[in-house]
Amino acid sequence: MIPPSFAYRAPASLKEALALIDESGDDAKFLAGGHSLLPMMKFRVSEPAVLIDLGGVPELQGIREAGDRIHIGPMSTENEIIGSALLQQKCPLLPEVARWIADPQVRNRGTIGGDVAHGDPANDHPAVMLALEADFVLRSSQGERVVPANEFYFGTYFTAMEANEVLAEIRVPVLGPGTGYAYKKLKRKTGDFAIAAACVLLTLDRGICKRIAITLTNVGPTPLRASAAEQALTGKAIDDAAVENAAQLAMQICDPAEDLRGDKEYKTHMAGEMVRRAIRQALERAKEAK
Amino acid sequence: MGILEDQQARIDQLGGIGCGRKRKEDARFIQGKGNYVDDVKLPGMLHADFVRSPYGHARIKSIDTSKALALPGVRAVLTAKDLAPLKLHWMPTLAGDVQAVLADEKVGFQYQEVAFVVADDRYIAADAVDLVKVEYEELPSITDPFHSMDPDAPVIRPDLDGKDTGAHGKRKHYNHIFTWEVGDKAETDRVFETAPVTVKEQIWYPRNHGMPLETCGSVASFDKVNGELKVWVTSQAPHVVRTVVSLLSGLDESKVHVVAPDIGGGFGVKVGVYPGYVCSIVASIVLGKPVKWIEDRVEHLAATAFGRDYHMTGELAADADGRIQAARFYVLADHGAFDSCADPTKWPAGFFNICTGSYDIKAAHVTVDGVYTNKTPGGVSYRCSFRVTEGSYVIERMIDVLAQKMGLDKAEIRLRNFIKPEQFPYQSALGWEYDSGSYEAGLRKVMEVCDYAALRREQEEKRKRGELMGIGLSTFTEIVGAGPTKICDILGVGMFDSCEIRIHPTGSAIARFGTKDQGQSHRTTYAQILATEVGIPSESIMIEEGDTDTAPYGLGTYGSRSTPTAGAAAARAGRKIRAKAQKIAAHLLEVAEDDLEWDIDRFVVKGVPDQAKTMKEIAWAAYNRTPPGLEPGLEAVEYYDPPNMTYPSGAYLCVVDIDRHTGEVKVRRFYALDDCGTRINPMVIDGQIHGGLTEAFAVAMGQELPYDKAGNLLGASLLDYFVPTAVETPRYETDFTVTPSPHHPIGAKGVGESPHVGGVSAFSNAVIDAFAHAGVTHLNMPYKSSTVWKTIHTLNLDQRA
Repeated sequence: MIPPSFAYRAPASLKEALALIDESGDDAKFLAGGHSLLPMMKFRVSEPAVLIDLGGVPELQGIREAGDRIHIGPMSTENEIIGSALLQQKCPLLPEVARWIADPQVRNRGTIGGDVAHGDPANDHPAVMLALEADFVLRSSQGERVVPANEFYFGTYFTAMEANEVLAEIRVPVLGPGTGYAYKKLKRKTGDFAIAAACVLLTLDRGICKRIAITLTNVGPTPLRASAAEQALTGKAIDDAAVENAAQLAMQICDPAEDLRGDKEYKTHMAGEMVRRAIRQALERAKEAK
Repeated sequence: MGILEDQQARIDQLGGIGCGRKRKEDARFIQGKGNYVDDVKLPGMLHADFVRSPYGHARIKSIDTSKALALPGVRAVLTAKDLAPLKLHWMPTLAGDVQAVLADEKVGFQYQEVAFVVADDRYIAADAVDLVKVEYEELPSITDPFHSMDPDAPVIRPDLDGKDTGAHGKRKHYNHIFTWEVGDKAETDRVFETAPVTVKEQIWYPRNHGMPLETCGSVASFDKVNGELKVWVTSQAPHVVRTVVSLLSGLDESKVHVVAPDIGGGFGVKVGVYPGYVCSIVASIVLGKPVKWIEDRVEHLAATAFGRDYHMTGELAADADGRIQAARFYVLADHGAFDSCADPTKWPAGFFNICTGSYDIKAAHVTVDGVYTNKTPGGVSYRCSFRVTEGSYVIERMIDVLAQKMGLDKAEIRLRNFIKPEQFPYQSALGWEYDSGSYEAGLRKVMEVCDYAALRREQEEKRKRGELMGIGLSTFTEIVGAGPTKICDILGVGMFDSCEIRIHPTGSAIARFGTKDQGQSHRTTYAQILATEVGIPSESIMIEEGDTDTAPYGLGTYGSRSTPTAGAAAARAGRKIRAKAQKIAAHLLEVAEDDLEWDIDRFVVKGVPDQAKTMKEIAWAAYNRTPPGLEPGLEAVEYYDPPNMTYPSGAYLCVVDIDRHTGEVKVRRFYALDDCGTRINPMVIDGQIHGGLTEAFAVAMGQELPYDKAGNLLGASLLDYFVPTAVETPRYETDFTVTPSPHHPIGAKGVGESPHVGGVSAFSNAVIDAFAHAGVTHLNMPYKSSTVWKTIHTLNLDQRA
């Protein structure tokens, strides 16, 4: 439970951070909240020679409105996401999801950027980013590029981000007043990863589903978007049969890893059940908003 | 005559037996002022870490320590070869087996200790561990004890080659440890042949692990000049550790100073002696410097003594009315690679033979086979070191199975079978003499308070709607307080316990005990016993334990034995003080001893209430005005050998609701009625019960240490091992009846184990009861949502309307 020795750097600006990663090469890692990376280092699963702490980089902080988008500094802690009046009002899904992550102590340190960029399919924000169709701004000393969340995740711990890049900003849409949302997470206990979780965002037009996003957490090597389930519901009234159909379609794309929380069959069924519950709650919220 | 107002005020001032005063321990702990083994820091102290086996079963072909030794700051790397000349590469276990301190030519379980690295700091030690190169040749592992005694099974213990007899008799197979039988086999078999009703069930109590916040560790400091060894160690039984260290090292016991400082939870995990303790001692002797070894959480879960792992076949025979006529149990006990249980010497399966429970069963027979597997040794923990939990679990499960088969209500069948109050002392078919109990009164009270009949009606209605609700009962009887020395010893030392009390001239006191608190509140409750016995306020009585140089010899704290043994010693030492105090008081008041009577905190001349001497006055006089022929001072020693065990009991009721579509079990209500005899501190008892029930909840709902076929331990970290937080933990309602132990000086029975022992059955019975209407008679723990859902899904109980 003791990591090998490593160098610790604490840059005071984004420019400095990017210069440090360039000079340190492949052996360097950015440190956000540390709640995934540090345990991996203690188990000696990850052995970076240099740790570049992003905690003192002001450009990575803050949550602000920019037209119909909200720009989130990736070093915002989960508790800052929960406490953000702007998000509570304009994108209440994110504070709701953050409440399901770990426990208050972890949420004081853990960041939304770390959660998003780590590439762990058990993390909660990635599936939510897929549903929100968020954009990730990636910055390196060479410049900046914007990658949609839906094109970001390749595999477990494997994302579109290059080793010399940092996640500089997360851009999410302002949710319209009629948007129904839900994140349903099944977990053994406080602080544990999801056995399975589902995120649903939907808008209705006179009782008909105009648009729906259904995404899944921890039932595959990446967060999953249940496109077939989305298509099956789009343009239809969402009744019990439609919900069931969507759940079944969502289950078809699951390929969870077996562990002590359950085997593939159980986790797949739980993904289906979370989809049912998330659709129902999102539907209720969409109707309430009318 | 009632208690006068003045007397009540003096009773209140004493803070004695029965008062719920706050724990004296907490002020230090909540301010971070505790002093645990890892807080011990000595000049020049070195730090140690283990190289552990990645394999469950493997031959060690070579160990290359050269790279590790070359790392700056590394002082030593010990292997079995280094310990062999000292004959310390193996150590005796408390169960009569031997255990490798460092793996000798082969490893028998994953995470087994292979080499011990000692370095200037903990970080260098960890780096050096990575540099020790061990070449292994992997061997096939046995992780299923049902295959341990296969004719072609791999040999787990070549060191026992050719030994047909072990510490507990004949061995049937090279992977067999012992067979233990108790009861009348012929009579039991005869009853089974003719009984109108019989039931049989295969029940596994899975392998699990206690979870003290503080892991195990030791600091050893050898003083070469004086030839003295001091060891701070996380031990529930420091005096036994000192004896073992003296025997192993050859040092005089008087030159071995073992201290158990504050212990952050034990639960049986800290009863045994671990390789880390031995290695830190050897390293300190070899290097002449203090050596600290502290295990991390993974090591604690993976290599330190596990609990349970009993595969039990339960059988009951009953008459047509559901009255049990006979009970038959067979156990296959998975002991891991070494038999490192910490039961009293003559009890290889502990007190498992309490498995006739609270019921009047005339014929019973038990057979236990202990076998080796390629798993971590132990079987000590947790919160019941002596297999009482397993025994209690199997009978509490089996009586439900019988009720179900006969279509009887699960409360009704218990009421029909309880041992009745007039039957005490009750001689059980498996050899115990139960001291006292009020089983029916307890269950009836619980049924009334919880409106059991209404719960059953609600369950009936819910079942019609397809909902899953379970009601679990547990009416357990515990056996604690080991033990009479004639039947219980550890390494030949009888299981008595002790108290020394010294009253200071100004009327305060210090008392020392052979037990060792790990959270049980001894400082609080022992002082209360003494306060009532000697008439000095509990606030003025200091309690000390754990330093083997100052505390009287005792066998330690586990198996709920402190109150039954050391608590009794306190009461009797107190009475010795009082007897001497009476002599002094008589002298001061110039009356005969017989003219005096004890009145709370003073001796009073009979019929002359204003002629009195308080204990405070007597204490002063003890140091200057003792009567002629009586030595000065006021102190007493009691080594208490209990005449019998004590038998706490309880009636628990648990109501669960199960989500049919996720398998999640929600505990709606838990009502725990305990009878621990005389209640010393109700608040401390409630704390013990809340803690024990929470452990029971964790055991029933999620704790497991599974192995794959290759011998890999799955889930040996808190990422996987289930430790509930306050969010998951149910709310508990506690209640009590008081049936004092007739043989204990204050009638107390002990309570630490009860909620764990009784709680597991209540949770388990509740979950299984939810499926009773579908014909389910048993489901093995733990009831993770995944396994519960699988049951639901297989039985088609998750159909949607």
